[in-house]
Amino acid sequence: MKTIIVIGNGMVGYKFCEKFVAKKGSENYKVLVFGEEPRPAYDRVHLSEYFENQDAKALELAPKEWYKENNIELIVNERVSDIHRASKKITTVKDRKFSYDYLVLATGSSAFVPPIKGVEKEGVFVYRTIEDLEGMLAYAAKLKDKKPNAKAAVLGGGLLGLEAGKAVMDMGLEPHIVEFAPKLMPRQLDSRSSQVLQLKLESIGLNIHLSKATNQILGEKAITGMEFGEDDMLEVDMLVVSAGIRPRDELGKSCNLEMGVRGGIVVNNKMQTSDKDIYAIGEVALYNQMIYGLVAPGYDMAGIAVNQILGEDSLMPEEIDMSTKLKLIGVDVASFGEPFMPASKGHSIIFENKTQYLYKRINVSLDGKSLLGGILVGDATDYSMLHQIYLNGMTIPEDPAQLILPAGEGGASFGDVMDLPDEAQICSCESVTKGQICGVIESGEATDLADVVGCTKAGTGCGGCKPMVKDLTEATLKSLGIEVKDTICEHFDLNRQDLYKIIQVKGYKKFNEVLDNHGNGGHGCELCKPVVASLMATINADTANEEYAIQDSNDRFLANIQRNGTYSIVPRIPGGEITPDKLIALGEIAKKYDLYTKVTGGVRIDLFGATLNQLPIIWKELIEHGFESGHAYGKSLRTVKTCVGSTWCRYGMDESVSFGIELENRYRGIRAPHKIKGGVSGCIRECAEARGKDFGLIAVEGGWNLYVGGNGGATPRHAELLAEQIDNETVIKYIDRYLMFYMRTAKPLQRTAAWQDRLEGGMDFLKEVIIEDKLGIVDDLEKEMQTLVNKFECEWTQAINNPEMMKRFSHFVNSEEEDDNLVFVPMREQKMPEPWK
Amino acid sequence: MEEVQKKYKTTKLKDVNFWFKAAPVNAFPKDGGACIKYKNLQIAVFNFERLNKWYATQNLSPEKQEMVLSRGMIGDYKGTPMIACPLHKKTFSLETGENLNGDLDPIAVYPVKIENDFVYVGFSE
Repeated sequence: MKTIIVIGNGMVGYKFCEKFVAKKGSENYKVLVFGEEPRPAYDRVHLSEYFENQDAKALELAPKEWYKENNIELIVNERVSDIHRASKKITTVKDRKFSYDYLVLATGSSAFVPPIKGVEKEGVFVYRTIEDLEGMLAYAAKLKDKKPNAKAAVLGGGLLGLEAGKAVMDMGLEPHIVEFAPKLMPRQLDSRSSQVLQLKLESIGLNIHLSKATNQILGEKAITGMEFGEDDMLEVDMLVVSAGIRPRDELGKSCNLEMGVRGGIVVNNKMQTSDKDIYAIGEVALYNQMIYGLVAPGYDMAGIAVNQILGEDSLMPEEIDMSTKLKLIGVDVASFGEPFMPASKGHSIIFENKTQYLYKRINVSLDGKSLLGGILVGDATDYSMLHQIYLNGMTIPEDPAQLILPAGEGGASFGDVMDLPDEAQICSCESVTKGQICGVIESGEATDLADVVGCTKAGTGCGGCKPMVKDLTEATLKSLGIEVKDTICEHFDLNRQDLYKIIQVKGYKKFNEVLDNHGNGGHGCELCKPVVASLMATINADTANEEYAIQDSNDRFLANIQRNGTYSIVPRIPGGEITPDKLIALGEIAKKYDLYTKVTGGVRIDLFGATLNQLPIIWKELIEHGFESGHAYGKSLRTVKTCVGSTWCRYGMDESVSFGIELENRYRGIRAPHKIKGGVSGCIRECAEARGKDFGLIAVEGGWNLYVGGNGGATPRHAELLAEQIDNETVIKYIDRYLMFYMRTAKPLQRTAAWQDRLEGGMDFLKEVIIEDKLGIVDDLEKEMQTLVNKFECEWTQAINNPEMMKRFSHFVNSEEEDDNLVFVPMREQKMPEPWK
Repeated sequence: MEEVQKKYKTTKLKDVNFWFKAAPVNAFPKDGGACIKYKNLQIAVFNFERLNKWYATQNLSPEKQEMVLSRGMIGDYKGTPMIACPLHKKTFSLETGENLNGDLDPIAVYPVKIENDFVYVGFSE
């Protein structure tokens, strides 16, 4: 068995492993991977997202187990220090030796730090790894404690520099970008587009300083400023250096591989270095005298190296597509093909609108027949199509201006995705063609977008091609005559949203009215009955006591059915605050009825093992002690979890408990497509885990940050920021609107996270609806929510006071006896149902 | 098969030799069910008002041997009247007792008749 050693576990190193294990014949090799960072490979392209969620796991390309499952030995935290070519061995910093048959160098690059005087001062960082970011975060937090309006500068106005600019802005520091060149993103943009980008970035609060050569970093121990020239300086408290990259080529140099004049390990089109058993891929490889700092060429190189080692013939193309599209601080920026083209080669067509921060340029061949390249700033929706036209040499309209003019102003919707040739590469990171995407759908392997992504990996790299993958998927499904249906069940040709409108307009109160007037002639089922019940409860502000035979299992008896058909009882404890007397009352009731007692995940108390007959008796006692239904059984608000907040906590910024109680009491009882949970934390330490809830609040300087769409469950998700530093009144207004909008439009049993994910237009759209009232519906949403709030009634109190409603709480209709099939067994001083056999 | 399950056997109308007078019609919800006790048996009785029919089955869910079927929702699966178990929504034909969305053992079904606003369930002894 031969051994391959991969040095470097970054994005390209990982891609090599992924592509290798997917190949036939790879089982005959042992693969050993070394990474010097403490964690397995992660997505560096989306590094700035770490500032938003600080979730390193979310960036991970594959968990540690993946390597194990694929028989790859991954050794992290151990740098390789030497290569001994003659004996085909490597040594690590821990002085361990390993033999190889093939060596793959994927050491990537490091941030280039220019030799400026004082650059070693405290508060100067580079922007490359998660550890760098953690260092920055800690430093920024310390700074802000001392100086609330601290400033941070980024040295370098290129792609990464602007990303870093966003990062420091997210940390709450005043952001400055310092660039040596007279324009931003000098490699990708021409002067005019660069100006448009600059205007846009300035409008959102970035300070930009161009044509500045930094002479020295000022300050005693820590940085206090940057000096550009005499009397020209900028006071800053922190600096992030992002002035380019340098290949990590020390290993190549020390073992005498052929090197480029300015660094990089020279490779041929097989990705072989001057030693045929040593390959170099990614940002360490110098191919055609160039270092390619983009992920797509790096992935291609990984693929070539895999094929070469396995004896397949595939070569790196002569010309490499450096097209790129990204969202910088919310601004689309894209360039493709030849962005700057000399006038001798063709003509440029330019559309510019500085009032809307828009710039589009396309370069067309002299004969006007082909597209050579272009630049888009402000709106890159046309990028995928233009890029495809360029890559595939497709013919362009007679008037090429149509390609970039807004539709309706002479622009035409040119080019349907289905017109692309099958070999058109849709996802360049993963090299997925149109033919492959359509193929998995046509073969039946994939039936929706998620399947397509799963089967082909399209869209999992930089994500730029996602809209196109979606369009292709939908168009292919449509061409196969597959209607993407989301009707609730066989009894209705309607989805939940349609039914919502119908019930609202017609004012139906009974399931049969809805079924008879809008159903397919059947008799309903376990899917549509609870949906209609929930909708009528939402629209008519009713409790689950209405028409109990159509309610879902738990709603029918206002309790959670457990394993053996007994029920559990959860009274509401708003915000988790409870008096000792009420706690004693709960304990006494639990003891009296011999109920298994446990604190729930939502900080309430759950009493298990009540029979159907016992439910009303126990509830009567609970209500007498001042409790009410906790709706733990309903698709409705469960709890608003709180930390103790500023009333007691020495770190608290606001009264999280008081506000949590107010919110829980406001939204209690309302019926929604799925359960809803809330959380309120009194400071950013986030003890209430508010970002794991459907709506979550974190107290910050100047108000609350409101997050929406989080959940635990099978697919844990952090909530996303909807609004910052808002007061209590605004919080309530926004949550009212958000929940009501969700209740109106979600699918049955869809949590807010899944709903939010599938909202076309995503968070931006949601903000427009909730905050800017783009749809003109917020008044209605607020009114509808207020009606629900006003009409709240405890459904258990309602039930025990109504003899007709009480009839359902007996196991037999012809006997007072209880279920004789129940068997309990003891467990840790309490009881539990006999285990299922 | 479980010990409890052995007590429940589908009874055909022609084999009924005893009609048990269970409860008044209004003890059962419209388009829903409730449980009756007959000797040591638990029988779920359903008032399928939309079809103007009554059905009776064992109350025991064959999936996990719990007495819960009467608390489930009824309706139809492609035209077959059915009951959905409240625990995991396993559905059974109210006509034949067969499991419609899985391969569980069928449940026992019994004939029902209504006389003078009273519900009777038929057994063969």
